[in-house]
Amino acid sequence: MSRVILWAAGAVLAVAVPFYLEGFWLQAGLFAMAACVGAIGINLLTGATGQLSLGHAFFLAIGAYAYVYFAAEPEGDLGGLGLPTPLAALLALVAAGLAGGAFSPIAGRLRGAYLGIATLALIYLGQHLLFNAEPLTGGYNGRAVPPMELFGFVFADTPELVIFNVPFGALERLWFLGLAVVLVAAWFARGVLRGRPGRAMNTIRDHEIAAAVIGVPVGRYRAGVFVLSSMYAGAAGVLLALVFQQTVPEYFGILLSLDYLAMIVIGGLGSVAGAVIGAIFVSLLPQLLTRYSEALPLVAEPGSGGVSPAEAARILYGAAVVAVVLFLPGGLLGLAARIRATVTRRVPPPSLTPSPDSPRS
Amino acid sequence: MITFLELLVNGISVGAVYALIALGFVVIFKATEVVNFAHASLLLAGGFVVAKLHPSIGFWAALAAGIGGAALVGALIEFLIIRRANVAGHSVLAIVTIGVDILLVTELTRQIGTDVLALGDPWGDRVLHLGPISIAETRVVALAVAALLITAFLLAFKYTGWGVAMRATAEDAETAALMGIRLGRVSLGAWAVAGALAAVAALFLCVFPTPGLDRGTTFAAMKAFPAAILGGLDSTTGALVGGLIVGVTEAMMSGYQNELAFLGRGIGDVAPFLVMTVILLIRPAGLFGTRELSRV
Repeated sequence: MSRVILWAAGAVLAVAVPFYLEGFWLQAGLFAMAACVGAIGINLLTGATGQLSLGHAFFLAIGAYAYVYFAAEPEGDLGGLGLPTPLAALLALVAAGLAGGAFSPIAGRLRGAYLGIATLALIYLGQHLLFNAEPLTGGYNGRAVPPMELFGFVFADTPELVIFNVPFGALERLWFLGLAVVLVAAWFARGVLRGRPGRAMNTIRDHEIAAAVIGVPVGRYRAGVFVLSSMYAGAAGVLLALVFQQTVPEYFGILLSLDYLAMIVIGGLGSVAGAVIGAIFVSLLPQLLTRYSEALPLVAEPGSGGVSPAEAARILYGAAVVAVVLFLPGGLLGLAARIRATVTRRVPPPSLTPSPDSPRS
Repeated sequence: MITFLELLVNGISVGAVYALIALGFVVIFKATEVVNFAHASLLLAGGFVVAKLHPSIGFWAALAAGIGGAALVGALIEFLIIRRANVAGHSVLAIVTIGVDILLVTELTRQIGTDVLALGDPWGDRVLHLGPISIAETRVVALAVAALLITAFLLAFKYTGWGVAMRATAEDAETAALMGIRLGRVSLGAWAVAGALAAVAALFLCVFPTPGLDRGTTFAAMKAFPAAILGGLDSTTGALVGGLIVGVTEAMMSGYQNELAFLGRGIGDVAPFLVMTVILLIRPAGLFGTRELSRV
């Protein structure tokens, strides 16, 4: 019962937010939503299957740029197909998946941290392509992102729309699109993790040979999960592009990939909720610090020579990654479970893997 | 032809420096089975100490301090974090080193800011003329020092007690512990040695023709990752060969980039990663890595 109330409260809160908060927080929230989708994807790969990937930013870039390419009208030197935007978004997911599939001969055969180093290649090749394939990507300056249009409803500032005396601009409209995408992404990943594939993935992570002996096609699973996680990254990339309204090649560098790994470690490896918590933490932290930098000790304004908010945020979550692994196995999600257990005086099973009592399909 | 020879020598010299970095990386992997993503930050730390200290205490003392400092940072990471992290999977340990890397690199690049720090090396921009070929003196020194250090390291690995302990641990940690080898000391030593090697590499990555230590130095250090993995993560020979392959390819592709213009600007920087991808497609365990076999 309490669960239903919690969900209902969450839903009301999520719907009410765009009516009250200002643009800055809406944008921060939308970034967090995109991060949630991407983090769920990489948690399937790294958390549930034990395959490290530093190439997540590359697939985000594919999603973002593919959407722009498919949706934009050709203009001057810049190419584009001018397809309907929902179709372009779907094709962007497919493109990210295909890119992941193209890497699968490596993704299927390398294990754990080896794959991490191999995927570094994707980042650098990706950056090279983004800067040099100018007809596709617009090179250094990036490209403007055409707004999404669903059944005649445009996710942009024009035409004007006012609901309950609140002007609904691009951010307010995208808020609901973002919520929907996050929900679908979380629901699908939950299904994957709780069903047969999830068990196979966890077995591969925990004991590869045992998995193979039981009859799990290890290589095929690894490649498959890699493709799935790239599609999640592609979806996150599309969402991010819609929020940014401009694609910037530098953004999709190695630091972004590291951010995603930090998210899932801080939140909790191998579960959807962990990915979501970590994504919110890591993507809102810099925004919070920027907003309140005057009031905080040790954090200086950007450009004044002290520790800038962005740097402070990086240092904080770098430390958080280390601290979580040393002191909080299971991440913030594990911490929440432990607090709940102390409050209700029940001893929970240590849950690194998603709950084993879930119904089998 | 002369350009080719110059590029080749330069490539070998840079490759030897990459090999130093990759060697440290492989040593850590062999001793502790941790893939150390914080390696670039060790290198940056070493270079930073040299850059900050050389005006006051002179280059050689600063170099010694830099090597000692990087070794200390490496040892501290092992002692404070890796040893205490109680996790099941080695991928999680790799992620911890990523956390350490984020911390160190953010702080160091903040300290460096937008400056380009000179390391105060005695070679400057002198150029050596060998017949028609002209090479920067720093490159010759880099090659000599790297060759010397690598030889010394391989000999120590083979003949000293420390080396034997290290190899035994890599072979079978549990049995080695039963034979009286102190695993903690072995892994501490591995991290310290890797740090020291990285500091030497930092010096040679930042001297002429490179302007000096700046925020981009970590990127140069990143190229040692493909060097380590294409040779095979658990092979010291692999690290050497990998380093040379990466160095030579990079030098060639940057040198002939006008002929390779169709591949886009700055292809030299991406070349190491291209080579790595191709080699991993053919040999997933790297050139000299042991293919993992398990008996059930």
